[in-house]
Amino acid sequence: MANAKEIRGQIKSVKNTRKITRAMEMVAASKMRRAQERMRAARPYAEKIREVLGHLAQAHPEYEHPLMQVRPIKKAGFLVVTTDRGLCGGLNVNVLRNVVQKVRELHEGGVESNLAVVGNKGLGFLRRHGAHLVAELNGLGDRPHLGDMIGPIRAMADAYAKGEVDVVYLVSSRFVNTMLQRATVEQLLPVEKPTASAEQRAELWDYIYEPEARPVLDRLMQRYVESVVYQAVIEHLACEQSARMVAMKSASDNAKRMVDDLQLAYNKARQAAITQEIAEISAGAAAV
Amino acid sequence: MAMTIDVRVVSAEGSIYAGVADMVVAPGEMGELGILPRHAPLLTGLRPGELRIIRGAETEYLFVNGGILEIQPDMVTVLADSAERATDIDEAKALAAKQAAEARMAGHTDQMEYAAAQAELLEQIARLKTVQRLREQGLLR
Repeated sequence: MANAKEIRGQIKSVKNTRKITRAMEMVAASKMRRAQERMRAARPYAEKIREVLGHLAQAHPEYEHPLMQVRPIKKAGFLVVTTDRGLCGGLNVNVLRNVVQKVRELHEGGVESNLAVVGNKGLGFLRRHGAHLVAELNGLGDRPHLGDMIGPIRAMADAYAKGEVDVVYLVSSRFVNTMLQRATVEQLLPVEKPTASAEQRAELWDYIYEPEARPVLDRLMQRYVESVVYQAVIEHLACEQSARMVAMKSASDNAKRMVDDLQLAYNKARQAAITQEIAEISAGAAAV
Repeated sequence: MAMTIDVRVVSAEGSIYAGVADMVVAPGEMGELGILPRHAPLLTGLRPGELRIIRGAETEYLFVNGGILEIQPDMVTVLADSAERATDIDEAKALAAKQAAEARMAGHTDQMEYAAAQAELLEQIARLKTVQRLREQGLLR
């Protein structure tokens, strides 16, 4: 059995670790609340723009937007959203597993992939594994602005418009609730046309476009893609904080259990030492 | 018969305004648009400027920094790049940003930077104009 002093040292170090994990848990909890609020705040825009796009599908636009054109897939693009920091449980692992799986699947079908990555964690992993990275972005912080994300979005949208990639997937985490986040793979481009019902289609109408259909639709599509990615990043942030909170909570609980176990071992060791000492003293006294 | 339109102003960072109005005046790309109920469906870009939502005797002033405007006969949707209530505009800040943009435009010949500074300048000018109008109408201070 380890001696009492060693165990005392261990208890101390575990207690210190627990203090840190507790603090991180509480920080994550308060950040999570704010991240969730932001996520909810961004929702109306996403809903509205989808609605406008839906109206557009009912109408009969004069031309099909390039970002809506479906082509045979020869090359794929990925936009991967990960966190900048670790200690958030399996969040990034799940996202990256999805990426690897999908890339491999496509590879077997003879389709190569280009990747654009948001977040340090995904960046490190994918770079180590020799993925073909075309754009990267990190250090977004807790309150990202849409403007910060234009880089990777542009890179992917432009590659799509130029025909360098024929499909773009968005891989990130969806916020289900505090305990549960789900890694998802969604098709970002080509934008799937919202389907209008036959009855809606029967009414022939189209928008008046000012100045012209093309620039307005370009702008709309660009905003739409941006809003989808923005939403994903914001949501991922909320996921990160809640995943971290849960991870840190279980770390704190484990530390607590460990301290209890060590305390027991310490008490036993202490008692054993005392017993032994008494035995030695009385043995010594008997010998005199 | 009283007719009204539903108005929704949203930006990526949140919902700014939702309500009904008698008339909406928006800064369209091709010029200012006055929208009354039963307007024909229309889709246009917005430039930075003042958005007025008129309901009875009251007028709500908003500042939108570009975006997209969708009009349906009974509904107006403003997808703003960013928007704020006109009374929330920080005039001093806008003025400072305007001057900074002017300085950048004067100092740089790089096309990208020049264009960015120009866009910023237009935004701040529009913002300041909105504030001035409010003041003229005695709605501010």
